[in-house]
Amino acid sequence: MSRALGWLMLAAALAIPQVSGSSAWLTFWITTLLFAYLGQAWNVLAGYGGQFSFGHAAFFGTGAYIAAILQVRYGVNPWIAGLGGVAGGGIVGAAIGWVSFRYGLRGSYFALVTLAFAEVFRVLANAVAITGGGQGLLIPLKPGVEHFQFVDRASFYYLLVALVVSGVLIARWLEASRFGAWLVAVRENEDAARALGIRVFRVKLAAIALSAAMAGTAGVVYAQLFLYLDAGVAYGGHVSVEALLGPIVGGLGTALGPVVGAILLHGLGEAAKGVVGATPGLNLVLYGVVLVIMLRFLPNGVVGWLKRWGQR
Amino acid sequence: MELLLPAVLNGLTTGAIYAVVALGLTLIYGVLHIVNFAHGSLLMLALYAVYFLHAATGIDPYAALPILAVGFFALGYVIQRLVVQPVSHGKDQNILMATLGIAIVIDNGALALWSSNTRTIDLPYAFDVVEVLGAFIPLPKAIGFFAALGIAGVLWIAIQRTDLGRAIRAVAKERQGARLVGIRVEHIYAMCFGLGTACVAAAACLLLPTFYVTPQVGYAFVLVAFTTVVLGGMGSFPGALVGGLLLGVVEAVAGLYLGESLGQIGIFVIFILVLLFRPTGLFGAKAA
Amino acid sequence: MTKTLNRRAVLAGATAVAGTIAAPAIVGAQQAPIRIGLLHPVTGALAREGSQCREGALLAIEHINAAGGIKSLGGARIEAVLADAQSRPEAGAAEVDKLHEAGVVAIQGPFASGIALATTQAAARHNLAHLVDVGVVDTIVTRGLSNTFRFGPGFGAITRAALDNLVRLNDGAGKPVQTVMVIHEDSAFGSGMARLMNEELPKRGFQVVETIGHPSPQRDFTNIALRVRQARPDLLIPSNYLNEFILMARTLQQQRISVKGIYAVLGGAASNIRFVREHNEAAQHIMDCNHWYDPRKPQSQAFAAGLAAKSIDLTYETMLNYANMQVLADALERAASRDRARVIEALASSTFNDHIMPYGPTKFENGQNTGAQAVNTQIIGQRIEVIFPAAFASATPVFPVPSRG
Repeated sequence: MSRALGWLMLAAALAIPQVSGSSAWLTFWITTLLFAYLGQAWNVLAGYGGQFSFGHAAFFGTGAYIAAILQVRYGVNPWIAGLGGVAGGGIVGAAIGWVSFRYGLRGSYFALVTLAFAEVFRVLANAVAITGGGQGLLIPLKPGVEHFQFVDRASFYYLLVALVVSGVLIARWLEASRFGAWLVAVRENEDAARALGIRVFRVKLAAIALSAAMAGTAGVVYAQLFLYLDAGVAYGGHVSVEALLGPIVGGLGTALGPVVGAILLHGLGEAAKGVVGATPGLNLVLYGVVLVIMLRFLPNGVVGWLKRWGQR
Repeated sequence: MELLLPAVLNGLTTGAIYAVVALGLTLIYGVLHIVNFAHGSLLMLALYAVYFLHAATGIDPYAALPILAVGFFALGYVIQRLVVQPVSHGKDQNILMATLGIAIVIDNGALALWSSNTRTIDLPYAFDVVEVLGAFIPLPKAIGFFAALGIAGVLWIAIQRTDLGRAIRAVAKERQGARLVGIRVEHIYAMCFGLGTACVAAAACLLLPTFYVTPQVGYAFVLVAFTTVVLGGMGSFPGALVGGLLLGVVEAVAGLYLGESLGQIGIFVIFILVLLFRPTGLFGAKAA
Repeated sequence: MTKTLNRRAVLAGATAVAGTIAAPAIVGAQQAPIRIGLLHPVTGALAREGSQCREGALLAIEHINAAGGIKSLGGARIEAVLADAQSRPEAGAAEVDKLHEAGVVAIQGPFASGIALATTQAAARHNLAHLVDVGVVDTIVTRGLSNTFRFGPGFGAITRAALDNLVRLNDGAGKPVQTVMVIHEDSAFGSGMARLMNEELPKRGFQVVETIGHPSPQRDFTNIALRVRQARPDLLIPSNYLNEFILMARTLQQQRISVKGIYAVLGGAASNIRFVREHNEAAQHIMDCNHWYDPRKPQSQAFAAGLAAKSIDLTYETMLNYANMQVLADALERAASRDRARVIEALASSTFNDHIMPYGPTKFENGQNTGAQAVNTQIIGQRIEVIFPAAFASATPVFPVPSRG
């Protein structure tokens, strides 16, 4: 059932640039897929591992900043700088995970500590010189594949499709692999998992490092897309919120949930703009109302609902 | 050194407001075990209520406190009964998302209705000061300080001495058991959300005379309120009060010596350290 | 005439189906309207500034249409296509693509520098002229984007004017100011300003006794006021946004702090008439070096009357957007074409002088209007008066300011 949905979505994704060459259409899909991938990163840790982070901006922003700093300040090739960003995101994730899990933080305590770390990073990025401080960091415009800046929007789009597919495959791997089974066991009952001989701390640490490296990847792509970073853009609270909205609406702990959720939410955002007109804020009121109504009637997310429906 | 005393006194007056905001948050957390992301938005809404009440009737913000507290109590009760609870389905992440959705609606509703202009009120005594040990404390801040202590005291007595308070404590400790002895748990949840929202209204009345209101103003206080709650121990009243005052002082002193920009880090560092080393907070009893 | 981007226009890339909100097209206009994208952050952290920008541009469009539209295009009206940058660069860039689909011939916006860096680049992909209304960061126009124009002054020009005028002001009053304290918000504009002040003020004979950065939002200014009292500077130079400026001014008054002058550079509230109205005592005699119009021009009077009729606050955001739209309309008039390349050419060769700003004839060099300059204003009584440069002054400066007793 959800396998069929996955193939269907992939076919649709490849057809999207054929439907219309319109750049607004492509931009819509590029941003949606970027946040779908960020959502998948969050889903790996929260959906499969049960650790709710409110601070994925810390990983996203670190990936973005490292990629940008390496190429702007040290002249590193943007592709290699990007790899640095991915690694940096993962390392920061592992470090935050290490202290948090070491001291046994769970539930809302873990959530709040990640939120606090993201805020510390935001304040620091605004204060130190290497990030450009408050003035932000501008990546020079150098169109060309070798500079990780595609002239053609469609190339960026296909890159993101590939990323999102890789994210779904990671989630599928979690569903099928031994590591994933450990992770789910930790989510369901940590003490029981420990009793079964699962090394809980290591499993959680691996999950947060993987999740954070994925979030860092999203940050790298963001930097290459928009070529400008400041502390609010990279470490802002809205990044952390974007990361968790999609998976929860789409279906927590499902491989396709974050993708479905991101498409639904971004589509809803656009639709709301179309419906209510120009008064600032009204579209977001509508967005919030629909969000709450969706939660009311689809408590397990869209994919969760589809799965139940399929089982009937 | 001559700045230290005025800075500490000022920190105490600011911290008293944090404490009132945090009292509401800790009450909601202690009983419902949810992190209420709409708290800041409700504070913003209350600030607008104070502003418009003052603009329309000229009523003094301090005199408006009881009226608004009752009004916002009702609002909080209704939000919990009609929105948060039906959406929750017993899942923490759904409650979190519900409060997030409510925050989006309130913030942008305020923007659409009242525009993004900064609004302030000018009271005749806004610039009167009380001189304490050579420091000038603006009269509204001094009033706010003592009112905050009073509010915390009243709440504490209400929780310790009334039937409602006993029921709230029972639900906070053991919700199934409370249900078995005939406590209407859903009603208690809503009462807590209502009381928490009333705290926010009270904080708004104490805050507006020296502050401003815009649709984004709540965010300035949300993280501080979270920190206060964590510092004091989630669900603890004396903790929220002491935590708020302490945080006000830390912020003032850190701002003085580290600069206002980096001074903010002081708050988060305390937050992280407390979470790591003493997650039950200064006054919390029970580990997570 | 106003319309918003709607979903169908975006998804289908069709321009014809988008719904018109506000007034329908005025009968008699034979020509299809000329669409201009107004891209501002009307939600999120910059909602106030963005909304002010939008209002200024809309008023200009109203006036231009009432005066017969673009005559070289058969009296075609200008139609605003409203877009929201949501105070985020990526949202702004996405809106540019939608505006492109909606068939706009140019884009005006988006207030903030960070957003402008993203939107000008996105507009360049469509060869779409982009007038940057405020965004003062100079890299916006030095990146070599040929579609990007900034009619107002950039950071460099503003700070130069601020420093030069400060020296003139101080010399004229017999040098009462020797020590200065800089108070700045710690994001792009404030911290850049503070660094520059620390480099340049000592060269001009001032001593910077202390520099204090603070975040936005800053909840309390008592600490900063206490440090002002301790450092006893002659002059305060604040660079911060509206809310913080209001809190700061009120706290200084509460703490009974008296200095010889408050000289804001791109101050958030010092050029905001609402602040003057609502906090007159705290606002009194505050000076600002900022974007401001030339109040004596007849167009300026029409502009001010138009704002007043809609009860919109008179702020620099409205002025710059009104003037930018005037520049754009003139370019369209001369281009006599909706072709994007022709519009860019016409903008690049602009010598337009009939605008409301105190700039003289327009001349874009690499997209920057070289005649653009900031002026000094001072709050005197209930009004915001221009005090420098002398050619545009409407009042003489009150400096040093009388002590607050």
